[in-house]
This record gives sequence, structure tokens and C-alpha cells, in this order.
Amino acid sequence: MPNEILNVVALQKFFFTTQGTVRAVDRVSFSITENETLGLVGESGSGKSTVAYTVVGIYAPTDGKIYFRGEDRSQPVAKRPKSLKRAIQIVFQDPGTSLNPRRTIKQILELPLKVHHLTAGDRKLEVANLLRRVELPADYMYKSPHMLGGGERQMVAIARALATEPKLIILDEPTSALDVSIQAKIINMLIKFQEEMNLSYLFITHDLSLMRNVATRVAIMYLGKICEVAYTAEFFRNPLHPYTKMLLSSIPVVLEEEEELKPTKVISKGEIPSPVNVPPGCSFHTRCPVRKEICMQADPEMVEASEGHFVRCHLVSGQEAVASS
Amino acid sequence: MPAPLLKIEDLHVEFKVYEGVLRVLNGVQLIVNPGERVGLVGEAGCGKTTTMKCILQILPSPPSRTTEGRIFFNERDIRQMKAHEIQDVRGKGISMIFQDPTAALNPVFSIGDQLTTVIRCNSRTTLSKKGIHQRAITALREVQLPDPNRIFDGYPIQLSGGMRQRVCIAMALATEPELLIADEPTTSLDVTIQDQILRLLNELVDEHGTSVIFITHSLGVVREMADRVYVMYAGCIVEGAEKSELFSDPLHPYTRGLMSAVPKLTGGGIAEGIPGRIPDYLDPPSGCRFHPRCPYATEECKAERPELTRIRGSHEVACFAVERGEINAQ
Amino acid sequence: MPRLDNSIFKRRLEALRKGWYKFSKNPVSVVGLFFVLAVSFLAAFAPYIAPYPSHAGRFVNFAEASQPPSLRHICGTDVFGRDVLSRTFFGFRYSLMMGIVVLALVVPVGVILGLIAGYYRGTWIDTVIMRITDVFLAVPPLILALAVCSVLTPSVFHAMMAVSLMWWPWYTRLVYGLASSLRNEFFVQAAEVTGASKPHILFREILPNCVSSIFTKMSLDMGWVILIGSSLSFVGLGAQPPTPDLGTMVADGAKYLPDQWWIAIFPALAIMITVLGFNLLGDGFRDLFALEEI
Repeated sequence: MPNEILNVVALQKFFFTTQGTVRAVDRVSFSITENETLGLVGESGSGKSTVAYTVVGIYAPTDGKIYFRGEDRSQPVAKRPKSLKRAIQIVFQDPGTSLNPRRTIKQILELPLKVHHLTAGDRKLEVANLLRRVELPADYMYKSPHMLGGGERQMVAIARALATEPKLIILDEPTSALDVSIQAKIINMLIKFQEEMNLSYLFITHDLSLMRNVATRVAIMYLGKICEVAYTAEFFRNPLHPYTKMLLSSIPVVLEEEEELKPTKVISKGEIPSPVNVPPGCSFHTRCPVRKEICMQADPEMVEASEGHFVRCHLVSGQEAVASS
Repeated sequence: MPAPLLKIEDLHVEFKVYEGVLRVLNGVQLIVNPGERVGLVGEAGCGKTTTMKCILQILPSPPSRTTEGRIFFNERDIRQMKAHEIQDVRGKGISMIFQDPTAALNPVFSIGDQLTTVIRCNSRTTLSKKGIHQRAITALREVQLPDPNRIFDGYPIQLSGGMRQRVCIAMALATEPELLIADEPTTSLDVTIQDQILRLLNELVDEHGTSVIFITHSLGVVREMADRVYVMYAGCIVEGAEKSELFSDPLHPYTRGLMSAVPKLTGGGIAEGIPGRIPDYLDPPSGCRFHPRCPYATEECKAERPELTRIRGSHEVACFAVERGEINAQ
Repeated sequence: MPRLDNSIFKRRLEALRKGWYKFSKNPVSVVGLFFVLAVSFLAAFAPYIAPYPSHAGRFVNFAEASQPPSLRHICGTDVFGRDVLSRTFFGFRYSLMMGIVVLALVVPVGVILGLIAGYYRGTWIDTVIMRITDVFLAVPPLILALAVCSVLTPSVFHAMMAVSLMWWPWYTRLVYGLASSLRNEFFVQAAEVTGASKPHILFREILPNCVSSIFTKMSLDMGWVILIGSSLSFVGLGAQPPTPDLGTMVADGAKYLPDQWWIAIFPALAIMITVLGFNLLGDGFRDLFALEEI
């Protein structure tokens, strides 16, 4: 049994606004084991970033539990012990706004070292060390973030996350604002760090092609719920949920071989509804090309289609559902 | 062979900043034939958008300065045109769709207001008020927006990102332009919406017979959209070819690096791609601007800028290594 | 890394040079800076520069009273025979002192309250601070200053206290708006997730991003405070004779308009140049602090 790092159980996060209750995350459960990368994939508005922020403590969960190494850590960041803040780090999507424009790289990288009293000797050497790990020259420490390119800024953000020697890093679309050649560099760097430091990643993204190459397991989110989870190879070989199929068939690819891997064209239609007005029944039924009567009434349960491959769809769980009723 | 609709020759553009002069465009040349969909692909900061702004003559000057080059639209040099002629080209000849549909629409005017203004200002025929309204509704219906009458009275804030981009497309095509410049029109959208918008654009462009320049950083998107593709690096066109040719047989080392860095659905990890970073425009590398990152670089590459040369068929490459035969077609 | 240390001076110099480039792109801010520097210089060295330093105090010479501008008295003399130019130079001292003292009292208080309220937006802390602020904002500063100075003995000190009492809420308002949006920036979130302390987040992460707006406002406010100080003196509730305050001088001279115009016009011009200088400088500060992307 591999070592479980993070276990999220029936996590709920609602936002109460004047327009109504935004059901951003609705009973989401998943776990991440040591040295694993879980790819959490979804469109904007799916709630994937809210999951990330709740795990890291920026939001307090409305309901549900977050277990970190077996201990209940469902509280917001202000109430978390310092050791936990050291163990869970986050890298944000936009390196332009995740680094304070009025501070130098040195000041930015010093902060985690200061807070957690991690420097034995010269702090400047330590900062230079961190920069070297992300393959940036040491004299970058005197620069301001706006003097750096997007890729370099993201490397600084990664260095900041690594500074506390965490166990789990939440990567919130770390490369989606960057060019592919820089993305390649950063992804390979992240993979290297994972092996070196025995890290676990919760990788939030909208890019399924990227997850094919990075993730151990892939989870698809739609309107605050997970609709399919599977090990990467199985996931791409045998996608079951109609939404997964729609996502896969929408991806623009560059090779003929990839074109063949895409499911027979499930024409993409409609847009993700507002999380204030979640459709009744299966929330995907408004866009589903194969919906049945039952999909509009009952929310399907998560079932294990094959080992480690979970799907939340009436068409997959259909036989059992009919049999039991 | 009919005359090209748009032909750019040897375009050089500079920007003056505190540190000195940014030499951004360095001899861009490209051709768009009537009815053709041309993709222009390149990474951030390679000069794609600068090129397009230069075509429309909407680069702020200063700090920018076009030092050399000719831009022929329907065989007339846009750089020699008078102000009102350029205005005509912008209004009737060339339309543009931008990356961010939210910024492209004015939040305080209704969709209908903005759409009818575009039609009224640019219409080649003189339409009555009712005619303009009819035309606007048709344009909204064309981009497959549900309930065009309601959208006509609505405001941008009431629409989702995908719907806003549809409105922008409707506005761009409402004037029946000869050339449509689409600058990363799907970059801010989700993948399923992107798929819808690309399909819609393809259909509409076929229907209207519009020529298109499709600017994007994504090789996958350009493959869905273009007939012919130009690859741009650091202010130069480095490779141009028919789509199928380019994707099955890229020749320029930069194109190859870019192709290998794209994550594939077939898996197998991501290649390291291209070493180094894009050059500093203040002091760009001599000769071929790609030479500091190129595994095939020689003294020749450092000394001289390779010209875009035809290798075979429509396939053009600006690379000495290809000319020398060191990089072979498969 | 000794090599890196040696270049600190060079980097500072380069930053200064770049700052001047950004600042001087707008010639208007350079004009503003020139006015402000000139006024500050005259105020600082008034005893040495002024042709008749003794005219600043109790000095009477009816033989030379009310003389029009001449080579001897470039700006003429007032009804007591005092050199208007000398008194104007000394007048700058009081005006600048008024502005500096008021801002020195007002800015720290206003900024800190604004930071706290903005960071704790939506909690009771925010409500308490901001409602108190609203109450103070509802009182016009000039009127309150008038009231205070007419109840207490009219003096420069009381005028400054009264203006300060009414001025801090503007800074609270300004910083509150900035801080409550900066609080949601990812770099603040990142610092919180790492476990940075509240003072660190308030003063190291949020405050530096407000500095540009605060400086711009301070520069504009310098002008305003000087105007208010002068207005108070003009109506006789600020500096008392024979203090050479610009406002008092305008007020005294106004009685002799239009015949002996120089007595009022030159101090009035001096007020205008000071206020204008600070206002123009404000724009320059904004350009100076602007970040540009590469």
C-alpha cells in the first residue's frame, strides 16, 4: 500500500452571493499518494482552482474533510500549524501576479527561508542555491519580477515553493500562460524535482495532452464534481464519460497518430452552465450527446468501471441502476 | 495564378525605449492569396501581432518606426497610402478579431449598438435604418447565437466569453471584408468552446470566401484552421509551407524544436524542445537570429541572414543548414 | 559572492538614471520639480538670499513705504516699508512647514488605518475604521479649521492641528481601496500560504504597492494644505502679524488693490507657483513608479 499524502473526502465549497449560492465544489473526493501526480482537469468554472485553494487553505471548506498524512487539516491557512504550511506549497497560474512587483527576487525567495528558519549559514548563498536549482543565474536575485520573462518568473515561483522542502505542491495551471518550449522546460524540471524530493503534485490544468505526459492519474471535473478518474494510460485508452470524450475530441493536435487516438468525433456543443444554477440530475445532461430520461432526474453515483477507473454516468452504471430499481 | 491579396516584403520595424532600439521585425515576408487561410504561428514576443498591427497601420509611432518594407494590399502599398485610404482599407478591406473579446467590446453599449455602428460606418451599400438592423440580426444568426433578437439588445457583460467572441466574429464579418485577421481568437477560451469557434470560423470563411490570417501560438490550433502556415521566430519568417507538408515534414530546426515540445496525446513525455531563450531585441544575434539556439549553427549562420528560399513545391525555409543539405526531408 | 556586492552601487546608479528617464519623459513634471526645488531652496536659505532679511520680523520704515517695484526693491515694499520679495522668501518657509507638518502627522495614521481596514475587509475591523473615517470625511477641513481657530487662539499651530484632524481619512480611503484589492493578489496569497506574519504582509507585501499612489496624493495634498493654510491666514485665523506668511501678506495687500498691486500680487504668485509645482510633481511621481514589462 503506497503512502497516502492527501485524502480529500466529500469536499464542499459554496460561495454565498447576491445572485445565489455558487456551488463551486460539490462533494469532491480524491486522494494523492506519495510521489504521485494527480491531474485535475476541467474547463473554467469547473471548480478545479477552488479545490486547489481549499486544499492549501486559502478558503475554508463549507463541508467535508481534508486529511494530510492521515491528520484532519480541514481548517483555513490562518489556523494551520506552521509545519503544515511548510509541507504544502502552491504555484499559481500567472507568474506575473504571484510575485510581488515591488520586491526583488532575493526578498521573494528569502521569505519562506525566514518564516521557517531554514537557513543555517548565509541567506544569500541559500537564495543563490535555490536559483541554481531552477537553472537561473545567481545575479537574478537583484532583479525585480517585471525584468524577467514569463518562464523565468514561473521558475522563481517554483523555487519559492521548493524553498520549504514541501511534501505536496499544488500546481495551479503553472504553464498555461507560457509558450510550449518554456512549458517543456518547466514540466521536465518539475518531473526532476518530483523524483529528487519525493514530491506529490496536485496538477490543476485544462490541458489533457499535457496530463497524458505528466500525470499518474487524471480526474475530470465538471461543475464542481468529479465525473471520471483513472490511471493515465487507462484514461486515454478507454475514456468512458461523454464529457471526457467531448474534451478529448476537441483537443487540437499536431500528429496524425494523435488524431487517431481521439474518440470518434463527439461534436462539442453548448457551454458550461453557471455554477449558481446547476442543472438537476446529471449536471452534464444539457450538453450530453447521449443523454437519457434518467439523466435529467437523478444525479448518477460514482462507480468503479474497472480497477481504479471511476465514472459518474448513468450510461456506465445504467445496467446496475436498472437492475436495482 | 491571380495576384496575391496581401504581400509583405522585407518588413523591418523598430521600437525606441530607454535602453535603446528594439529591432523587432527583421525582414518579414509573407503572401496571402485570395480565398486562402494562412496561419502565422510563433511564440510570445516573436512579432506576430506587431506584423498585423503594421498591416493595419495601427502601431503607435513613436515609439515604433517602420524602417523598411512594403505591404501590398490588392497590389497597392499600404505604407504609401493617404490617411483616408488607409481608413478605407481598415473599414472595408481588412477586419480583425482580437484575443480578448471582453476588451474588444465596449461594456457600456449594447451589442446591437456596436454591431450597427460597424455596419453603418463601413457598409458599401447605403442601407436604411431597418436594413442595417436586419443585417445585424442576420450577422448574429450567422454566428449561431441563440435568440439573436435578445442578444441584439443585450450587453457584453450578459454573455459568456465564447458568445462574446461570436459577437466579435459577427462584427468582423458584417462588413464583408476581403481579409480577416484573427489574432489568437481562441486563446482565452476553453477547449470545447475553442473547438466550436474554430468550426464556426471555418464554415463562415468558406461561405464568404474571405481570406484569413490566423495568428496563434498553438501548432494544434493552426493545424485545424489554416491551408498554409508560416512559422515566425524573433521577427523573421523562418518557414512556410502547405499545412500537411509542414506538419509531416518540418525542416527548420526551430519548427522541429517547437513540434517536439508540444505535449502529445500519444504520451511518451515531453522533449526538452529548444535550449536557451528568445533573443534580446536590443542586441539581436547577428546573421540568423536562431543561431545561438541552433544545433546546426556554423560561422555562415552567424555572419549572414538566410533568405526564405523555396525548397520544393510551396515549402520555403530560411536556413543555411537546409540549403547545405544537412537537414533532409524525410 | 563578492562580485555581486561590488555592483550594488552601479545598480543603484542605473536605477536612478532609469528613474530620471521615466520622470523626465513628461516635461511638465520637470517644470513641477523645478518649482518645488526652487521654492524649497529659497525657503531653506531665506536669511542668506533675501535682500533684506530683517524685514521679515518687526520692522518699520515709513520712509520707503508702498514703493512700486524698482531695482532697489524688485517686488516693491508694503505699507510699513518692508521689502515684499524678502518677506515672500520667508513666507515660503511657513507654507512649506505647514504642508510638511500636516502630511507628516496625517500620512502614517491614514495609511496604517487604511491598510488594516483593507486587509480585514468585510470584518468588524473594517466596519469600525471605515465608518469613523466616513464621519470625519463629512466635515469640510477648512470649515473645521476655521471653527477650531476661532474658538482657540488663532495660531499656525492650531491651524495645522485642525487641518490634520480632518485630513487623515483621505489617506485611509485611498489605501483602503488599494489594500482590499491587493489582498486578493496571488503574491499576498503566496505569502500567507508560506506562513508570513501579518505585519510582513501589510508592510512588505501590500504597502510597497500603494507607495506610488500615496506619493502622488501627497504631492497634490502639499498644494492643498498650503492653500488652506494661506486661506486661514488670509481670514486672520492662521499666522499672526508680523509673521511673513504668504496668506497674511495677500490679505494685507488686498486692502491696497488695485493701486499698490505689488503688495498682494507677488505673494499670491508665490502661493500659486508653490501649489502648481507640487501638483505637477504629482504626475511625475506616477510615471516614476510605473512598472514596465519587458
